[in-house]
Amino acid sequence: MDLAGFSLNMHKYYLTHLQELESEAIYVIREVVAQFDRPAILFSGGKDSIVVTHLARKAFWPAKIPMPLIHIDTGHNFPETMEFRDKLVADLGVQLIVGSVQEAIDKGRAVEESGINASRNELQIVSLLDTIENNKIDAAIGGARRDEEKARSKERFFSHRDEFGQWDPKNQRPELWNIFNGRKRMGEHFRVFPISNWTEMDIWNYILQENIAIPSLYFAHNRNAVYRDGTWLPASEFLVLRDGETVENKLMRFRTLGDITITGGIESDADTLEKIVAEVSATRSTERGNRSDDKRSDTSMEDRKKQGYF
Amino acid sequence: MELLRFTTAGSVDDGKSTLIGRLLYDSKSIFEDQMAAVKQSSERKGLQHIDLSLLTDGLRSEREQGITIDVAYRYFATPKRKFIIADTPGHIQYTRNMVTGASTANLALVLVDARKGVVEQTCRHSYIASLLKIPHIIVCINKMDLVDYSEEAFNKVVEQYEDFAAKIDVTDIRYVPISALEGDNVVNDSVNMPWYKGESLLHTLETIHIGSDENHSDARFPVQTVIRPHAAEYHDYRGYAGRIAGGIFKPGDKITVLPSGLTSAIKSIDTFSGPVDEAFAPMSVSITLEDDIDVSRGDMIVKDDSEPQVSQDIDAMICWMGSRGPRPGAKYHLKNTTREVMAIIKEVYYKLDINTMEKLENGGDIKMNEMARVRLRTTQPVVFDEYRKNRITGSLILVDEATNETVAAGTIFL
Repeated sequence: MDLAGFSLNMHKYYLTHLQELESEAIYVIREVVAQFDRPAILFSGGKDSIVVTHLARKAFWPAKIPMPLIHIDTGHNFPETMEFRDKLVADLGVQLIVGSVQEAIDKGRAVEESGINASRNELQIVSLLDTIENNKIDAAIGGARRDEEKARSKERFFSHRDEFGQWDPKNQRPELWNIFNGRKRMGEHFRVFPISNWTEMDIWNYILQENIAIPSLYFAHNRNAVYRDGTWLPASEFLVLRDGETVENKLMRFRTLGDITITGGIESDADTLEKIVAEVSATRSTERGNRSDDKRSDTSMEDRKKQGYF
Repeated sequence: MELLRFTTAGSVDDGKSTLIGRLLYDSKSIFEDQMAAVKQSSERKGLQHIDLSLLTDGLRSEREQGITIDVAYRYFATPKRKFIIADTPGHIQYTRNMVTGASTANLALVLVDARKGVVEQTCRHSYIASLLKIPHIIVCINKMDLVDYSEEAFNKVVEQYEDFAAKIDVTDIRYVPISALEGDNVVNDSVNMPWYKGESLLHTLETIHIGSDENHSDARFPVQTVIRPHAAEYHDYRGYAGRIAGGIFKPGDKITVLPSGLTSAIKSIDTFSGPVDEAFAPMSVSITLEDDIDVSRGDMIVKDDSEPQVSQDIDAMICWMGSRGPRPGAKYHLKNTTREVMAIIKEVYYKLDINTMEKLENGGDIKMNEMARVRLRTTQPVVFDEYRKNRITGSLILVDEATNETVAAGTIFL
């Protein structure tokens, strides 16, 4: 938090919107640690989970973050994300739990999709639920925001999951004031979303304000990519070219980070945080517009969330 | 930039979706791909117009039935403020959703159809805003285009609402004549209503003074958890982590821990960025004390100049949210701030008709979406304030011991 700004506001006794959102998120993260036995943070290497991890660090300072990070590894990663993850974990001195989609496929727990739009996005659900169960995680903190997607706009801060890890959107517990009900039966768990009330703009402004390190993929860089469905998909060993498609070298960056096979980039020359904030505030399309996993149907996010997706 | 949380309620007929759509669209918070998706879905359904409710109704069953089931949260920002809208449905489980949306709001937007005037739903919405102590109400008199932008029609509705408002406990009420469909007085001033000298709705939302909404006089700090680093550098560090629920704390302040009654003084107020000279609601901080006394989750640190109530008997207005009413003699987990105790409903004083605010002395059993004034009895003392003085320390929920469901929300009376 910007201390100079903080003391300036002191005399008026109000917080800026970023200070209030930060305070709310820290409160939620502390509630998780107080109410649950084995919480964890779901860490994807994307900006939202990086912000959540930063908030967790603030919440328990000067102690370390008192819970592990969980990364669900699709095997289709950006190398930059993996390097970033390992450095962050080492700096924070926290435990890292990796759930491997490849392992789930090898064991026959998940079946690789086939066809032209095949991805490992939905297969993550199996690995995620297995990892939660095997490690007896009773609360998994995620970086989902309500502004991202319409099914997420009805999500609670404390979101109950049944013993199959499923979400029942029509039967959610009411959530009032700042009182969170984390009671559950054996085998059930919670997903918790401390940055529910943040928008993409808030995330970027906060990263700028706090000077939080993020993977280089978010900044403009030259990369080989293929234009498909209105977005630039990075060329990788997993990308199979279709008829008429060509690989081009583009100055581009990513607005969101996920599996390398489904995360499209945008043409951009924003190579500093300041330029990214300016670009995001001027942009006229949503960040998930570059995610082919959300384009499958009007309710594809809801359908995946019900099964246990992030 | 400040944050303003407001709630809306109403049905499609009131033009609520149109109004929210317009606020989002005119403040450039709807993106082109979202708009294109809504347009496509509207065309697929064979609609003549773009159905803006498709932006807010996200769940499969809502889209199928064309209704809103649950509270949806919407976000938009102008250069002056960030806004969070708790958008609550008009019909289904009205009370439960409205109370949920109202619990965190600083302001309520009440929509009135200029042709119909104040109706039952207007009253219900306003009563709930009043019971939940929302400090500000903006009455949007909508569909002015359908009454020829007439000042007389506007004044008639204002008069009606003022008569009714004498019964509710909200001091800051404002009136704006709008046409959500045409955009009059929503974001831009209307050229069709030169007689209206007030501000547009968005301008009012941007400038309404909310700095005094927090209680800055009675210092309250519910302890969430204890931070002990187990590191050589911070060997004896013991920080009490929490979010300030009221008042202002400073290092050196004499404090009491409740319910134990142990006393000490504040040694430091810490944050990740360093110690601070003072802390106020709603800041999340860690407090260290001069003395090594027993403090843990569920305790409240308060300043000696104003102490809250400490009691096992609590009078509250509850809104019942469980699908089945309370079972005789049932035990509940009562949660108030960070404290959790067992409780029973000892007595039901009366039920409240949420349409008329009438007390029903012999109202029968409490059912879902009903409100009742009750006496609760707890196994351990609870530390609380009157809800009208502090919305954080004066609120509670009841969790069913058998199902773990949140079955009731309550505001505390003295």
